[in-house]
Amino acid sequence: MRSIINYLKEIILGVWSLLKGMKVTGSYFFRPGTIITQKYPSNRKDLVMFDRFKGEVVMPHNEKNEHKCTGCGICELNCPNGTIEIISKTIITEDGKKKRAIDKHIYRLGMCTFCALCVKTCPSNALAFSQKFEHAVFNRALLIKTLNKPGSQLMKGVE
Amino acid sequence: MEEKEIIPVPDEQQEYVINMGPQHPSTHGVLRLLVSLKGEMVKNIQPHVGYIHSGIEKMCESMTYTQIIHLTDRMDYISAHINNEAVCLNVEKALEVDIPDRVKVIRTIMSELTRLQSHQLWWACFGMDLGGLTCFFYGLRDREKILDIFEETCGGRMIVSYNCPGGLMYDIHPNFQKRVKDFIKYFRKILPEYDQLLTGNVIFHERTKGIGKLTKEDAISFGVTGPTGRASGFSCDIRKHEPYSAYDRVQFKEILFTEGDTFHRYVARIEEMWESMNIIEQLIDNIPEGQFAVKMKPVIKLPEGEYYQRVETARGELGVFVISDGNKNPFRVKFRSPNFSNLSVLNHIAKGFKIADLVAIGGSLDLIIPDIDR
Repeated sequence: MRSIINYLKEIILGVWSLLKGMKVTGSYFFRPGTIITQKYPSNRKDLVMFDRFKGEVVMPHNEKNEHKCTGCGICELNCPNGTIEIISKTIITEDGKKKRAIDKHIYRLGMCTFCALCVKTCPSNALAFSQKFEHAVFNRALLIKTLNKPGSQLMKGVE
Repeated sequence: MEEKEIIPVPDEQQEYVINMGPQHPSTHGVLRLLVSLKGEMVKNIQPHVGYIHSGIEKMCESMTYTQIIHLTDRMDYISAHINNEAVCLNVEKALEVDIPDRVKVIRTIMSELTRLQSHQLWWACFGMDLGGLTCFFYGLRDREKILDIFEETCGGRMIVSYNCPGGLMYDIHPNFQKRVKDFIKYFRKILPEYDQLLTGNVIFHERTKGIGKLTKEDAISFGVTGPTGRASGFSCDIRKHEPYSAYDRVQFKEILFTEGDTFHRYVARIEEMWESMNIIEQLIDNIPEGQFAVKMKPVIKLPEGEYYQRVETARGELGVFVISDGNKNPFRVKFRSPNFSNLSVLNHIAKGFKIADLVAIGGSLDLIIPDIDR
């Protein structure tokens, strides 16, 4: 007799535990405000990433097409996987001295692990992270980027 | 051609060997288990690791100590911050640098947030492994809130790279404290829902209680640590026994059970979530003022010698062993990863159970495969 009571008790308690779980899921059914799904491609315009989000490395230029990169190569040294390559050139300044400057600051996005060591160690704060996160391209060659814009120059006052 | 005589194998000796993985949803990665079956009974399990071997230990030998950090992120990617902390603490111990209190407290809060999100993801996947798909959505929904906190402060979601030898990469975001407090308030309300949904569920009980029992002696001899070991009564919490960062100034209890079955490994993690929230609540209002990093030399060179530091990740004890020959690169780095030892116990505890129980047992060990292969 006792075994039958226990058996029935187990069934009732089991069904009760299932109902308790269904109460949780059912309550969300009537609270659509708690749904957090984002309709991603269509909300692209008002999708704002956080300021510190590590999207890709960029070199900010001002309106006169000037950047802060002196071509010292510290970012290249600190990069753990050879993402950055600096091709430098020698220029002659106004007072006739020879000076090292960057020709190309090559950044291979496909190899980047976003460790932020280049941005952090840059002595002249020439590099920054942009918030762009849609990196997919059809051609692998497009992932190799030149960060300094064509015709850009070193900002005055940056050594 | 000589004909070979085929000797029939007696029925009771016959085994059916199948591959579980390397592509199997319940192994959570590329883990291949060679399972010998007798009917539905598991007779033997042979794990084959190495499918995602990335040579992290070897790569560390050609990197400077600041560059190692980003590699440890990718070992146990669910508790990335704690891995980073282990390397940083080791380097700081070797150089005998005094770390500001602010860094210690922030590191502890971040570690506990990492532990929380790791257990949330584990809860989500464990529920899904046992057939409760709703758990997966609820777990990831709440984890998203922690990932947002990480994203705002560290710039990354899972792969945070927030630590560096000597402190942190950046100071915390001005919103950090408010967001964490909001999250704790929210999650204290949500966590009982997890219990209602899964912990009390009768199907879940039937599938986990008494399954995959691990005794304390076996846990110690296999080196099983973390919530898995603590569910068997093996007191192995590094935070308690060898406090690092700010764990010596917070009150929390070590979750210990003696049963050691799948169900108690589950409960141990749920209880740890409560404890993590307690730790965060004690620290979040008392972040001391100060620097967020000590000024270190641009090229860090450890003095010649051997250094070892262990920390408690979400899965168990992570040890970082560094041999330095005085150069800017380490001579040898060895990671004692918790998942590797936890995997080794799988054959021992899953033998004699059904193949569906193997999924439950494997889920309760909470394996992260890149940490095994590293």
